[in-house]
Amino acid sequence: MALQTQLSEVEQQTFAIIEELRFREGPLLPILQGVQQKLGCIPEDALLLIASELNLSRADVYGTMSFYHEFRQEPAGRHVLKVCRAEACQSMGGEKLANDIQSALGVSWHETTADGKVTLEPVYCLGLCACAPAAMLDGDLHGRLDEPAVLELVEGVK
Amino acid sequence: MGAVLYIPCDAAALAVGADRVECAFSEELARRNVEFEIIRNGSRGMHWLEPLVEVETERGRVAYGPVTPADVAGLLDGGLLDGADHPLCHGLTEDMAYLKKQTRLTFSRCGITDPLSLTHYKQHHGFLGLQRALKMTPAEIVQEVTDSGLRGRGGAGFPTGVKWNTVLKVQGEQKYIVCNADEGDSGTFSDRMIMEGDPFVLIEGMAIAGIAVGATKGYIYTRSEYPHAVAIMRDAIEIARKAGILGDTVMGSPYAFDMEVRMGAGAYVCGEETSLLNSLEGKRGIVRAKPPLPAIEGLFGLPTVVNNVMSLASVPIIMDRGAQFYRDYGVGRSHGTIPIQLTGNIKHGGLFETAFGLTLNELVYDIGGGTLSGRPVKAVQVGGPLGAYFPPALFDTIFDYEAFAARDGMIGHAGIVVFDDTVDMLKQARFAMEFCAIESCGKCTPCRIGSVRGVEVIDRIGRGDQPEEQVELLRDLCDTMKMGSLCALGGFAPYPVLSSLNHFPQDFHLKSLTEAAE
Repeated sequence: MALQTQLSEVEQQTFAIIEELRFREGPLLPILQGVQQKLGCIPEDALLLIASELNLSRADVYGTMSFYHEFRQEPAGRHVLKVCRAEACQSMGGEKLANDIQSALGVSWHETTADGKVTLEPVYCLGLCACAPAAMLDGDLHGRLDEPAVLELVEGVK
Repeated sequence: MGAVLYIPCDAAALAVGADRVECAFSEELARRNVEFEIIRNGSRGMHWLEPLVEVETERGRVAYGPVTPADVAGLLDGGLLDGADHPLCHGLTEDMAYLKKQTRLTFSRCGITDPLSLTHYKQHHGFLGLQRALKMTPAEIVQEVTDSGLRGRGGAGFPTGVKWNTVLKVQGEQKYIVCNADEGDSGTFSDRMIMEGDPFVLIEGMAIAGIAVGATKGYIYTRSEYPHAVAIMRDAIEIARKAGILGDTVMGSPYAFDMEVRMGAGAYVCGEETSLLNSLEGKRGIVRAKPPLPAIEGLFGLPTVVNNVMSLASVPIIMDRGAQFYRDYGVGRSHGTIPIQLTGNIKHGGLFETAFGLTLNELVYDIGGGTLSGRPVKAVQVGGPLGAYFPPALFDTIFDYEAFAARDGMIGHAGIVVFDDTVDMLKQARFAMEFCAIESCGKCTPCRIGSVRGVEVIDRIGRGDQPEEQVELLRDLCDTMKMGSLCALGGFAPYPVLSSLNHFPQDFHLKSLTEAAE
């Protein structure tokens, strides 16, 4: 890479991910996913580097990133709790569960608790529709939930 | 030989504690100095019994469920390893009524085998379809799939063979097989179950598709909400590559075919095929206008077969047993079997594969056992968030593409979500519009703006603000969205709205409509 200036840590890590994936067909999404997995979000510096390395405009990369619900430019809390809002979970009291969780944690959708521990996100279906209501804490799935069970999950992580 | 236990690794089983149950069995059996092997199989699809533990006995596999870690010691004391009776015992798995009533063609192995064992796969008729396909010409394979009557299981019901034939006939320096595994509809998980429970069947189906149309590269586009399916699929592809099933010479033939799993990033609209293709290309998942059809100008502008997981996973058995065998199942123009997902507020929720033609009554009550809450069923939504709500009065509708279309519904990806009498249908109608607004790709106006206006109008009806006028407006808006949207998201969002309005006018507090309905 022909950059004259010193690369920041974010740029170095982003560059390594770009190098690994750049020769795949349609590499932008896998690169964005790789960066978010590594850095927890897609910082502006990473975005600019991806754009220049893939020969895209910043607007192209930003446009793609902002289209998808999962990408974020600011880091989430230490854990991400995704609670299903879709119909099968609704039929088993999912809406009330989601409201109760919001009150208990003191946050609304897309917000992070004051202690920075948990970010609450809605999700539209985890494919656990025959054991609803369902949620996902980081990568782990949980079904047949009620409010105490969800709060126990949140209690169980640091 | 030691004891052999089966504990599913399917996400639904994991979500209700299968890993903890496996841990408990491992510890307890080790403590008792019993020689044992635990096989992590796919799910049998009886989700109300998960985690479902099976033990191999001389009589066959005996099922116990739902098992919690606390049950383990007691089960072992009671003779689980010999298949002894117990309050959690369901007898021989294969004799269980829920399984016996099914016709498992696509899901013939799911729940029986270790998903990542090629040996298991081959022992259960694996790769016979691909082997037969390798002895045929591409045109003959396409003809076989056409003759089977297989229609797109993603929802649109387009004949799979016709799509393949278009790609076969068109010239292209590179052609692609794209598997649409972006299973975002609430009430569905059959794609997830097959990817987690029998991934080789999807690999086999995609390889057959590649050989049939002259494509050498395949992509499975699935959801980031399905991390287990992604991991198992990636492992299975690696195993298939090492075994020479994928790569430069598919099973030693002159055909090359390889594939890769790609993940979405939480956009429902990417289940629409043209949006999916844009997403695979690394762009915003904006819907493309058709024509050109993806079959002619698809991924990177090249000829592409885009098929649903269920369609591709049904191909191996069609190639193995022949078109006629598959075609003989079903009714009317809906041939073969369909994996129906019974979900939501239902006693016996899970996956039920059967020939087309059962009524909603049979599915919801006889097989599903009615609601889990024990309250009366008020409505079912069939076909995901864009599917219509049906009241019990319409439960004589048979599961068939045309029968549902005739009643302004669709079977979609064959998910049925059951609601009891506590559901407020105005809220469900509002959610349909809200969901469409959240997930709209924004390309066409009827969907992007119509859905936002839809929420506002329904809110006014809910407040009793000129309800009769607002309902007229809502119907007009739905008409515009149906006729003017570019894809099924805006085009079908009106179905749950209008069906709620038409079948449940009392929830919209409309006196005149309620009277008219009576």
